[in-house]
Amino acid sequence: MTHAHDDTAAPATYGVMAEFGTGDDLIAATRKAAAAGYTRMDGYSPYPIGEVADALGFPRSEIGAIMFIGALCGATFGFLLQFWANGIDYPLNVGGKPFFSWPMFAPITWELLVLTASLSGVIGLFALCGLPQPYHPVFNVPQFARATRDRFFLCIEAVDPLFDTTAKTTTFLATLNPISIEEVPE
Amino acid sequence: MATTAPTAAPHTYGANGTYPPHPEGLIGGNHDLASVGDKIASVVTMETPTPKAWWPIFLVGFGLLNGLGIALLYLFYAGVGIWGINQPVAWGLAIVNFVWWIGIGHAGTLISAILLLLHQKWRTSINRFAEAMTIFAVSCAGLFPLIHMGRPWLFYWLYPIPTNMAVWPQFRSPLAWDVFAVTTYFTVSVVFWYVGLVPDLALLRDVAKNKWQRMIYGSLALGWRGSAIHWRRYEKLYLLLAGIGTPLVFSVHTVVSFDFAVAVVPLWHATIFPPFFVAGAIFSGFAMVVWLAIPLRRFYGMGDFITTRHLDLCAKVMIATGFLVSYGYFCEVWMAWYSHSLYEWESTMQRMWAGPYWWSYWALITTNTIIPQLLWFRKVRVTEWMLFLVAGSVHIGMWFERYVIVISLSRDHLPSSWGRYAPTPWDYLTMFGSVGLFIVMFTVFLRVLPMISITEMREMLPFGQGGRDGHSVMENAK
Repeated sequence: MTHAHDDTAAPATYGVMAEFGTGDDLIAATRKAAAAGYTRMDGYSPYPIGEVADALGFPRSEIGAIMFIGALCGATFGFLLQFWANGIDYPLNVGGKPFFSWPMFAPITWELLVLTASLSGVIGLFALCGLPQPYHPVFNVPQFARATRDRFFLCIEAVDPLFDTTAKTTTFLATLNPISIEEVPE
Repeated sequence: MATTAPTAAPHTYGANGTYPPHPEGLIGGNHDLASVGDKIASVVTMETPTPKAWWPIFLVGFGLLNGLGIALLYLFYAGVGIWGINQPVAWGLAIVNFVWWIGIGHAGTLISAILLLLHQKWRTSINRFAEAMTIFAVSCAGLFPLIHMGRPWLFYWLYPIPTNMAVWPQFRSPLAWDVFAVTTYFTVSVVFWYVGLVPDLALLRDVAKNKWQRMIYGSLALGWRGSAIHWRRYEKLYLLLAGIGTPLVFSVHTVVSFDFAVAVVPLWHATIFPPFFVAGAIFSGFAMVVWLAIPLRRFYGMGDFITTRHLDLCAKVMIATGFLVSYGYFCEVWMAWYSHSLYEWESTMQRMWAGPYWWSYWALITTNTIIPQLLWFRKVRVTEWMLFLVAGSVHIGMWFERYVIVISLSRDHLPSSWGRYAPTPWDYLTMFGSVGLFIVMFTVFLRVLPMISITEMREMLPFGQGGRDGHSVMENAK
């Protein structure tokens, strides 16, 4: 989920954020918000909680496909490079071994597969998450510093179709029994 | 930037409450989400003063590192002739140290990748510093082939870079495989380590005590904010990196063993080598994990996270891999005898009995096979100093293992081509200098980065203490 604000009239607030004390509270709150029809929201926690992503409607990540394509490219490149270099461009007779001795090319093919798969996965993660991103509106909320410590947050964003006014969303969030509710300035 | 203990608010777990002991003995003390982070991060933010033992250890490492600098300067000036290598032993301590260091590195990846896939919760307390150990050990390992080349400034010839000479590396050579294996291993280890660090760096950004810390950790954290969508991708990546890192570990040390096994030298040309090398790598790597964990417990007071249960489990892995390694020693002798190969058997006799280096073989058997049997006793496994000594024995044993392999070149099939090998002081200065390099890198790491994964320790906490009762990347990653 990217936080692209493609609306023409950008709202002055980014959203409304509720603070919770436990992961289970966050899971329950996210499920209730989803049931209430909210779609543009995000949960924040100090450690991964799979149920929150499920409740947000993000069941699968794309990282696997990216790494698979990266692995395929790396292995193909590695094999063809060796085949071309030692078999065609610079054939060297060592102990009568065939020029195209494909089993000897397996180790480097494998190593390049791992290398490209790993690097494409990491680059894919950062690209999909929009990182590095030094500024983000959620950092404007003072309590949010505890999102890396011991608190859990649910932020309903202003771009959500159900987000008419801040007050309405705040009232809804208050029903979820949070520790605090803050408006997130843009 | 809340640094105080959590106030009594609804849903907040009691900061000073007492919790029941961890069912598996993996976390001691009374910890909750906040206290785990405070305990580990306070080392980095300097709220916990640097332990007194840090300085002598760092300074010893720094002194040895300077020795390495001098040895390298003279090496580049005079060439590899300053070492004891000659014909017939053309590979001396450089290859011994290379294989020794890279073996030590393997436990880090084993802990972070294989134990993750095997649902071993105890990996959580030790994976971060073990991964750091991997990266630093592989750095030390990579140094040796590089400087052994004679003209290390031409190292880029090993890579398939197009040149106007139209010469390519010989991809059918295990030495070329080595370059790719070690480079890939290093890169993937760094990437895996950094991905694991990002959420902890975000925490450090939020608890930083001054502007510099905030800027540096803030830049490294890339703006991580713990979004659920980001976590989902993160866990998927983490799982896949573990999945791909597992065969990588095996492949790297297998390729290292091919350096020997693809040659037709008696006792080198053996199919037992790849698994035997991999088992030895994990054996020595766990010995190093023990060597690092015990001072961390003692000097940094990390006994709550690295419990005696962890030491016990590490020691058990050492028994198992020690047996695999000993099986390898047995297999070498057995195959030499059973195959009726004259050359194999003669070389075995030279190695064990008739040759000038017979003592190194028995030093190897003593330190690697006999002394680790002490780990059968629970008291040895959970008593710090005893375990430390046994792990030290394994370090010596694994070094001798490679020494014995390399030194067998001194006796060829023709007595006219027999020779002797003795390392020179420059060999030793380089070797102990690499130890200094490792110590310096590791002590600096302890100072600037969290030595235990805070995020994963929090997940490890039982539900009642705010956690998820285990690092559940296998279930979460989708």
